[in-house]
Amino acid sequence: MDLTTLTYIVVGLSFALYIGIAIWAKASTTGEFYVAGKGVNPVVNGMATAADWMSAASFISMAGLIAFLGYGGSVYLMGWTGGYCLLAMLLAPYLRKYGKFTVPEFIGDRYYSKAARIVAVICLIFISFTYVAGQMRGVGIVFSRFLEVEILTGLIVGMGIVFIYAVLGGMKGITYTQVAQYCVLIVAYTIPAIFIAFQLTGNPLPQLAFGSTVNGTGEYMLERLNNVVTELGFLEYTTTNKSTIDVFAITAALMVGTAGLPHVIVRFFTVPKVRDARSSAGWALVFIALLYTTAPAVGAMARLNLTETIQTGEVGAEDGNLSYEERPDWMKRWEATGLLSFEDKNGDGRIQYYNDANAEFAAKAAEYGWAGNELSVDRDIMVLANPEIAQLPNWVIALVAAGGIAAALSTAAGLLLVISSGVSHDLLKGTFTPDMTEGQELMAGRIAAAVAILIAGYLGYNPPGFVAQVVAFAFGLAASSLFPVIIMGIFSKKVNREGAIAGMLTGLIFTMGYILAYKGVFFDPIIANTPDNWLFGISPEGIGTVGMVLNFIVAFAVSKVTAEPPAHIQHMVEDIRVPKGAGGAVDH
Amino acid sequence: MDEQSAAYWKRNVKLVATLTVIWFIVSYGFGILFVDALNSIEIAGFQLGFWFAQQGSIYVFVALIFVYVSKMNKLDREFDVHEDDD
Repeated sequence: MDLTTLTYIVVGLSFALYIGIAIWAKASTTGEFYVAGKGVNPVVNGMATAADWMSAASFISMAGLIAFLGYGGSVYLMGWTGGYCLLAMLLAPYLRKYGKFTVPEFIGDRYYSKAARIVAVICLIFISFTYVAGQMRGVGIVFSRFLEVEILTGLIVGMGIVFIYAVLGGMKGITYTQVAQYCVLIVAYTIPAIFIAFQLTGNPLPQLAFGSTVNGTGEYMLERLNNVVTELGFLEYTTTNKSTIDVFAITAALMVGTAGLPHVIVRFFTVPKVRDARSSAGWALVFIALLYTTAPAVGAMARLNLTETIQTGEVGAEDGNLSYEERPDWMKRWEATGLLSFEDKNGDGRIQYYNDANAEFAAKAAEYGWAGNELSVDRDIMVLANPEIAQLPNWVIALVAAGGIAAALSTAAGLLLVISSGVSHDLLKGTFTPDMTEGQELMAGRIAAAVAILIAGYLGYNPPGFVAQVVAFAFGLAASSLFPVIIMGIFSKKVNREGAIAGMLTGLIFTMGYILAYKGVFFDPIIANTPDNWLFGISPEGIGTVGMVLNFIVAFAVSKVTAEPPAHIQHMVEDIRVPKGAGGAVDH
Repeated sequence: MDEQSAAYWKRNVKLVATLTVIWFIVSYGFGILFVDALNSIEIAGFQLGFWFAQQGSIYVFVALIFVYVSKMNKLDREFDVHEDDD
């Protein structure tokens, strides 16, 4: 059977599974729609959280990023896992005890202020749409490469699937489809990794293979990788050229941002008890760690495979480079997508892949008769091309396609749900039309989810030029606006309405202003985005950390000089600090 | 807040603070601030700082959460603020 047919079958089966689950888990009350009736087993919720969290970026892009960044890629590994410790210990149990439906609802109640709730909803909607555009893009890439259809067709199919289970099933449908999607994506991710690890080192566990010796050489993989890449003028794999303070700030912004992302927090509202919220965060991280500890191994192995495929012999030797005519099939296939390209600059019919931005090495390369780097590889293809590079059977390639789609769809659905609950529960029911019946609110939630899907699809098809740039926004905003006010709302009884609003606005405006100034987004950057110009040497990706600190400082200072929160709010804080008495879904 | 709840909260905060310090040391400490020093130590094929940044810190994160869960469950029972079993 040819690859395309096989891919259609595997992806089709996975879709049938998701739809089947959606029909089985239809939501009939707002409690089921928003928080799955608060009846989800903590291990199951952990698995759903893992799928919710691991997006197209984690599945498709991250290992590729690490492959090209080496140690510099650690910011994503630590940043996107460490936040779960914060969630487990600082947020999830208390928010579960509080027992309502949405994150802005907590902020509004704790700070006895509709304004605070609306600011929180605006942050939430902005963060979530930024994210969802990236997911839809991921679906488009997978469809166009593996199913050979137009991106638009792929998007419409993807939107249709999400529509069925998110609009019908709400949180309940999403939860159980996410469990299925987790299984698909983790199998799809680890199988090629295990095969490649075994081929390369004889050790099937990627986490260990990564520190083993390469077959037939007696040389450790990372050592060999360092040698191979530095010979071609690249930076040593296990180091970075980023400053320590920037690595620190980016890691912190990603960690804290993770803990402040509404679509992740809300997953902990779905378990029956406070203690389940705690353990569920642990399970979520276990399931996430399976992929996140595999990814750096995949990155290192992919970089080594790619480099050695092209640099077949000694650097500088006439026949040391792969001849273009003899390039492997996977390169031909990816060339067709435009994500991999070759330009024979010196006209020798061979591929030279090296760092021509390194002046010292470029001079040496010129002596070899090389006229510049000739291969450009989009880092997003590393994971998708991996099974082809390792010459794995077609069913593995088909599975990887299904895995990429599962990762994108599961995250998209979670994001769409928090957008819809933000609109129907926080804006409509909570603020503008409090007289709605439950049936009307449920309908409003479904309509909001449907509209959000259409907008997300549009953003996926016409990705505004700034999509890549605004990713820094999502984490920066979550870290600098939502996270601090939630933490202070739990751990301090004295932070009041004035403090919280001032803190949120300070964090938000500072972070947004900084990112806009350097990245432009809607206009040309005001200041060149180079390390010399950065405040304290912190890049826009890491500035959320500073925004968060400012938020805390301003909130405490303002609270000090204004009236303290009313007694019933202080009692509410005392109440959420103890597990006893957490109820099921609260109707209100 | 009565004395009992205040004592419970104090113990809770202390536990969280301890675990957060460990969390900070393995990731920001071993993986970032002291990465160069640790990289001079090599175990199997890994430079230690690099290993903490790309593997070790994640394993420690998982362990920390489960330690937290088990200690908190004990603390809840000790202060009789645990949820009913049903």
